[in-house]
Amino acid sequence: MSTVTAIAGDNSALAFDVERIRQDFPILKQQVYGKPLVYLDSGASAQKPQAVIDAMTAGMDTYYANVHRGVHAMSQRSTEAYEEARTKIASFLNARSTNEIVFTRNATEGINLVANSYGRTFLQAGDEIIISHMEHHANIVPWQLLRDNLGIVLRVVPVDDDGNLDMAAYADMLGPKTKLVGMTHVSNSLGTIVAIKDVIRMAHDAGAVVLVDGCQAVPHTAVDVQDLDADFYVFAPHKLYGPTGVGVLYGKEDILNDMPPWQGGGDMIMSVSFDKTTYQKAPLRFEAGTPPIVEAIGLGAAIDYVSAIGMENIAAHEEGLLHYATDRLSRIEGLRIIGQAQEKAAIVSFVLDCAHPHDIGTIVDRGGVAIRTGHHCAQPVMDRYGVAATARASFGLYNTRDEVDVLADAIDAVREMFA
Amino acid sequence: MFDDLRDLYQEVILDHGKNPRNFRRPDAFTAEAVGNNPMCGDALVVYLSVDDNATITDVSFQGQGCAISVASASMMTELLKGCPVDRADEIYQAFHNICTGEGTPEDILAEFDEEIAERLHMLSGVREFPMRVKCATLAWHTMDAAVRGEQEISTE
Repeated sequence: MSTVTAIAGDNSALAFDVERIRQDFPILKQQVYGKPLVYLDSGASAQKPQAVIDAMTAGMDTYYANVHRGVHAMSQRSTEAYEEARTKIASFLNARSTNEIVFTRNATEGINLVANSYGRTFLQAGDEIIISHMEHHANIVPWQLLRDNLGIVLRVVPVDDDGNLDMAAYADMLGPKTKLVGMTHVSNSLGTIVAIKDVIRMAHDAGAVVLVDGCQAVPHTAVDVQDLDADFYVFAPHKLYGPTGVGVLYGKEDILNDMPPWQGGGDMIMSVSFDKTTYQKAPLRFEAGTPPIVEAIGLGAAIDYVSAIGMENIAAHEEGLLHYATDRLSRIEGLRIIGQAQEKAAIVSFVLDCAHPHDIGTIVDRGGVAIRTGHHCAQPVMDRYGVAATARASFGLYNTRDEVDVLADAIDAVREMFA
Repeated sequence: MFDDLRDLYQEVILDHGKNPRNFRRPDAFTAEAVGNNPMCGDALVVYLSVDDNATITDVSFQGQGCAISVASASMMTELLKGCPVDRADEIYQAFHNICTGEGTPEDILAEFDEEIAERLHMLSGVREFPMRVKCATLAWHTMDAAVRGEQEISTE
């Protein structure tokens, strides 16, 4: 479990060399409409380094089989690789044990798992769940489904005009009825970094458990679930330079083992008869059916990759990009940045006075620049700031200041056309 | 800087996008429908007045969207005002086929008079931008829904 940490430590002295890092990502050599690809949509999904691609290919080329089944050599090796990935994740998040790491199909499924298993078991009519106004739909809708099913109350912590969470309002909302807090660590639409450790401490003081949506946090900063004291923490491996098709749910072991299975099937049972079936402990209890084996192996490689570079180095690089992009884009006439919280990750959402985000997206795309446009699965955020949609540039470890300049020039072209 | 974008963003389209025609909620109408594009959050309402002879006597819209969706809605209202419902459906089908690439615009538009053909041809640039087809067709789907008595549609 300590191997990864050791590698990261050994390499932390290396200077952050973005040009060398870019060589690791084959897709960055692509051209779009005859122009170099400028990929500023890592917040939606990040690109994959060769190491991840190779690890997944090698898994299928040399030792692929189903896991936790069969005594043959391939199954054994696949199982070892799959469980090794779990070990890497546990180390990466500083979990106490690999038993606290559940593989899901995506981060959304992790939240739905907690809503259905924990929620339906431990919540009842009249109980309250608190979320924030800047949640992704994935951290809103599962709780609404639970509300409609159980008759619980869903309360929403407001955000201020800059996108900061209203901690005073949150403190007021917490009370004896609060049973669960579902909160984003970093807002996908505003870039706000929430003071999640405070959020968790305050919730615990009120006797509530906390699920953290870490999808936008894990790729950008080191996360220590023990230090945060999070009860549940989900993240999306495909945003961490890993593959799609796999998600991660961290849960405290004692809580997970108090929760009933959510889905039934193979691999999650101890024994099955028609009269009575007994279940595995966590995490296998929550991994019914054949899991995303190759994807888990790819995620393990992604964690090795970012750990070798060092999350603190990645965070520092991206913070530099954020400041540069904020400054550069702010100087464009008619451009308004949505989300200017005090603590921000490398996500810049913006609108132009002369053009709709969709038109911005189409036009900059012809300049080779990939950005996200739309409501970012966060429609309440759009409503809060009085916009139907935004354009969003989100940065990853492979982005450069030159690419920010390309974006800024492309936005100038939009203004030429529409202003 | 990006010349091929001019096929999509022609001056007429930019003008309709900035200054949409028939952009209003009328005092009286016989049918309305809401159109949603869940991918981008755009939403608009189309209002229709259809008389006893099944002719569209008035058509207008409100809502917000990108230049393409607003311009398409604006141009649609101009084309369909005074049009029999059956003919409106033919124009709708033709426009839909143009956008989704079912045949060449020239072939599809051959049977229409010059004004209609010219307008629809202007919007045909969206064929080269598959991600934007739903923007261009949103108002038309919504109009079609209003004619058929449906109250809300989604382009997904």
